[in-house]
Amino acid sequence: MYNFDFEKPSTIADAVSAMATEEAQALGGGQTLIPTLKQRLASPSKLVSLSGIAEMKGVCEADGGISVGGATTHATVAAEAGAYPALAALASNIGDPAVRNRGTIGGSLANNDPAACYPSAALASGATIETNSREIAADDYFQGMFTTALEEGEIITNVRFPIPEAASYQKFEQPASRFAMVGVFVAKYADGVRVAVTGASEDGVFRWTEAEEALSGNFSADAVEGLSVSGDGMISDLHGSGDYRAHLVKVLTKRAVAAAS
Amino acid sequence: MPKDNGIGASTLRREDFRFLTGSGNYTDDINVHGQAYVAFARSNVANGKIISLDTSAAEDLDGVLAVFTGADFADVGGNPAGWLINSRDGEPMKEPKRPVLAHGKVRHVGDAYAAVVAETEEIARDAVELISANIEELPAVVDLKSALDNKHLVHDEIETNQCFDWGWIEDNREKTDQAIASAPHVTTLELVNNRLVPNAMEPRCSLADYNAGNDEYTLYTTSQNPHLTRLLISAFVMGIPENKLRVIAPDVGGGFGSKIYHYGEEALVLAASKKIGRPVKWTATRTESFLSDAHGRDHVTKIELACEKDGTFIAFRTETYANVGAYLSNFSTATPTFLHGTLMSGNYSVPNVYVNVKAVFTNTAPVDAYRGAGRPEATYSLERVIDKCARELGIDPLELRKKNFVKPDQFPYTTAVGLEYDTGNYDALVEKLRDLADLQGFDQRRKESEANGMLRGLGVNTYIEACGIAPSNLVGVLGSRVGLYDAATVRVNATGNISVMVGAHSHGQGHETAFPQVVAEMLGIDESLIDIVHGDTSKIPFGMGSYGSRSLAVCGSAVVRATEKIINKAKKIASHMLEASEADIELKDGVFSVSGTDKSVSFGDVALKAYIPHNYPLEDIEPGLEESAFYDPANFTYPAGAYACEVEVDPETGAVKIAKFTAVDDFGNIINPMIVTGQVHGGLAQGIGQALMENCAYDENGQLLNASYMDYAMPRASDVPFYAVDHSCQTPCTHNPLGVKGCGEAGAIGSPPSVVNAVVDALQSAGHNVTHIDMPVSPSRVWAAMNS
Repeated sequence: MYNFDFEKPSTIADAVSAMATEEAQALGGGQTLIPTLKQRLASPSKLVSLSGIAEMKGVCEADGGISVGGATTHATVAAEAGAYPALAALASNIGDPAVRNRGTIGGSLANNDPAACYPSAALASGATIETNSREIAADDYFQGMFTTALEEGEIITNVRFPIPEAASYQKFEQPASRFAMVGVFVAKYADGVRVAVTGASEDGVFRWTEAEEALSGNFSADAVEGLSVSGDGMISDLHGSGDYRAHLVKVLTKRAVAAAS
Repeated sequence: MPKDNGIGASTLRREDFRFLTGSGNYTDDINVHGQAYVAFARSNVANGKIISLDTSAAEDLDGVLAVFTGADFADVGGNPAGWLINSRDGEPMKEPKRPVLAHGKVRHVGDAYAAVVAETEEIARDAVELISANIEELPAVVDLKSALDNKHLVHDEIETNQCFDWGWIEDNREKTDQAIASAPHVTTLELVNNRLVPNAMEPRCSLADYNAGNDEYTLYTTSQNPHLTRLLISAFVMGIPENKLRVIAPDVGGGFGSKIYHYGEEALVLAASKKIGRPVKWTATRTESFLSDAHGRDHVTKIELACEKDGTFIAFRTETYANVGAYLSNFSTATPTFLHGTLMSGNYSVPNVYVNVKAVFTNTAPVDAYRGAGRPEATYSLERVIDKCARELGIDPLELRKKNFVKPDQFPYTTAVGLEYDTGNYDALVEKLRDLADLQGFDQRRKESEANGMLRGLGVNTYIEACGIAPSNLVGVLGSRVGLYDAATVRVNATGNISVMVGAHSHGQGHETAFPQVVAEMLGIDESLIDIVHGDTSKIPFGMGSYGSRSLAVCGSAVVRATEKIINKAKKIASHMLEASEADIELKDGVFSVSGTDKSVSFGDVALKAYIPHNYPLEDIEPGLEESAFYDPANFTYPAGAYACEVEVDPETGAVKIAKFTAVDDFGNIINPMIVTGQVHGGLAQGIGQALMENCAYDENGQLLNASYMDYAMPRASDVPFYAVDHSCQTPCTHNPLGVKGCGEAGAIGSPPSVVNAVVDALQSAGHNVTHIDMPVSPSRVWAAMNS
C-alpha cells in the first residue's frame, strides 16, 4: 500500500469538497478498494471515507418503493429491506458476514464489478441512482464492466427501488470468489417484467430483453424455455466457458421466475 | 467408561486454547529489537534471461540498508534435492543448481532475482519497484509432454527438460508388457492429477538474527523440521557450521508439506543479517505464497489394468509425466517415484506391476510433496481405472476390489513393486464401509434425489499408503540422501514432572497433546505432568521432523524407547530405595512397588531421589533421570481404508454436492481418537477440495492464472458434508512399539477417487456415456461432459 491522505467527512457536502482534490478516491466499505491498495495496484492521493455520513445510511420506505442510503451496508439492507424481500435476500447472500458488515450498496454500484450482485437488482428494478448532483436511471447508469455514468468525484448518496409485484435473485457462485458466475434478477412490475443478468457478460450487467418480453406475456418458467442465449460476448475463464455461462443465464432465469414472490 | 488419560483417551488438545484465543506464537509474531525488513523482486515472466539489473536507485532510497542480487550468491552452494533418482538407463537424474537468488536467468513467475533490506517493509517494497531489470522474455516451457521436445529449455546447462526417466521395477517391465498384451481384458485410462497450491493459513516467514559477538546465527522460520532446515543450510547452501546456527520454528500454522523444504528466502535473511549487523525479517504476502511455495501433485498419467474376464487382476502399467517445476525442491524427486511407484499395487494381489515416471522441468514453481505426496496420485490412478474396469465388466466395484484384495492370511505381503505390507484386513474395512455407509439404502436415496430433480451417484474406493517414513537403510539404498529416524529425550524433572524433547514438529497435528498421552500411559501418571518441547534445534535432539504421517509412528516410537530407559533406571533407583531386588520392582499407576509386599515408593519420590542423590548408590547409578533415544523404523507403516462418497449432481448446472461421505480407516492402534478423527476430517476436506474445485493453472506463457482466492477455489465448510468416520478396524503395525500407523494424510489420499467415481456414476445413471472427468470436477466440466 502506498501512502495517502485520509478524510472521513460527516456530511455529503463535506465529502464532495474533499473529493475535489486531484486523484481523491471515495471509500465505501473498501471490499474491492482496500485489497487493490494492498496490492499496490492503485495509488490515490486521498481516501474519502463515506462511512461517517449519517444521511447516507439506512433503509426507508417511500412512494411505493424503498430508498437505500449509499453508505448502507449489505447487512443492514438484509435486515431492513423487508419491504423488498428479493433485495433483502440478495444482500444477505453477498460474500460472508465480514463482507456484509463492511461492504455498501453505493460502493458496489460505483465499482460495477461485472460479477457483483447489486447491479442486477438495480437494473432489474429500474432503480434510480441518486448522487450528490443528480438522479440517474439504472438503464443509463451501467455502461460496461467497471464503468458507470458517474463523473469524477460524484458520490452515490441514495438508491431508490420501486417494489415489484414479485421478484427473485438467483445466483450461481463462482467456486473461488463466490461472486456471481451468473446471477439473474427477475422483477415483475405492473407494466412488465425486467430481467437483469450479472456475472456473465464481458460488458457487465445487462437486461435479457427476449426473456422480458416472453415473461411479460406469460410469467412462468415455461415462457423462456424456447429462448436461447448466445455465448458470444460472455466471459470465458477458468471457471466456465462463455457457452456455459449463457446456458446458466437461462437456467437461473427459469429458477428466478419459479421462485419469484 | 472411556479413558480420560493416556493411550486411547480423547484428551482435548491442550494447544487449542492458545490457538483459539489468539495467544499462539508464530514466526511473524516474533520481533527482535532493531530488526530490518526484506522485500523480494520477483520475476513476472516465466522464462527470461537477465540482461542487466540496475539497483542503484533502490540503494539510494532513504531507509534502504542493502540490496542483494544473484551475483551475491554465485559462489554459495545450491539448495539440493534430497533424493537421487537414477533413470532406467542407469544415468543419474539431472540436478541443475537452485540458487538463493536467480542469477543469469529467471525460471518461473515469482522467481526471486533481487532482495532489498530496509528499515521498514514499505520502504523495502518501494525500493523493489526502483530496481530496473532488463529481462529478455523467452518462450516458456509449461506443457509436460511438449516440454520433452526440448525446443526451449528451463536449464540450458543440462540440455534437456527431462530430470529423469524412471522405471519401477525395471525387471517387471517386459513381463508386464507381455501380460498386458495377452490379457483377456484391458482397461485404459488417461488422467490428470491436478496441481495444487498448499495454502497453509500461515504464510512462510523467516527472521534471522546474527550475533557478531559470538559469530552465531539464530533463524526463526516456518518449518516442519528445524534440524533438516539447519542441515541443508549448513551442509549445502551457506556453509554455516551447525554449532553456529540455531533454527527455531515456533508455532506453525499449517504446512501440508510446503514447510518441509528449505527455501532461498531463509538463506537470504541469514546473509542479510550478517551483512547489516541487524536482525532481518521477511514475511510472505499471500501472493508470494501462491507464486513461490512448493506446489503439489501435477501428474499426467496413462494407466492400464489387465485382468481376466472374471475380473482377476493380471497387471497394472502406468506411464506418468510428473512436473517438478523450475527447480528441484528437496523431496521433489522422491515424491513421484518412491512415494508413488511403490504404491502402485494398491490393496491388491497382482503379479505384474510396472511404473514409468518421467520427471519434467517446466517454467513453473517447484513441485514437491503435498499432503499424501505421491500416494494420492497412485491411489487416484488405480482406483479410477479399477472403477472403469468394473463398469466395463459389469462387476460391482466393491466386489471387484474384494476379489483382488491381499487377504488377511497373506500378510506380511510383498508386492510386485517392492514393499512388504506388514498387516491389514481390507475385507473387514469394506464390510464396515457397507454397514456404516448404508450402501443397501443407496437405491432408495437415489430415488429420493431423482424425485427432487437431482442425479445421485455412489463412488467407492479403497487405498493403501506407506507412511511413517522411513527405514534409513532402505531409503538409503533407494537414493535418499538423509536418514529418516527420529529422536526424543525424556527429562524427568526433580519434582516429578516431565519435559519431552521431540524431533517431530507439529504444524497443527496436536503433538503437545498426543505425545504426553504415550508417556503418561507408560508411567501411569497424569498427562498434565508432561510437556512437549519441540521446534528448536538448541533444545531438542536431532530429529527429522513431521511429514509423511511419521510423527507418532517414528518419533512416538523414540519417545517410547526413551521412556523405557527412564523406567529401567527409575526401577534401579526404586530398588535401592525399597531395599529390594530390581527384578521384583513393579511399576503401576505411577507407583513402584516390591511384588508380593506392600512396600512402595511413588514415581515422584524416585525422581526427587535421582536429583538429590543422598544415600544413593552412586557407584552403580548416575544421578539424574533423563534419557534419549533415536528410533529408526524397520519398515514403513501401511494404513488402509475404504471410502464411499455419494454426490448429487444438478443436471441443469452440473453442480456437484457431496451428499454423504463415509471413511473407514485402519490406522492400527490409536492414541487419541478425537485427534485422529480431526486429522481425517481435514484430509477429507483437502481431498474433496482437490476433486471438486482446487486447480493451480498456468497459461501457455507460464503465467499463474489463479494466484489469489478470487480465482483459486478452496473448499469451505459448506462444501463438505458431516462425515461418517470410523477407525475401529485395527490391525496394529507389527514393527513399532505402539502398533500405530499414521493418519495425517489418509483422508487426502483416499478421498478424490471416490468423489470422481460418484460423479461418473451419477452421470451414467442418467444415460450419459461419460467414463471420466478430470479433476477438479467443476460444474462447468460436468456440464460439458453431459453435453459432449
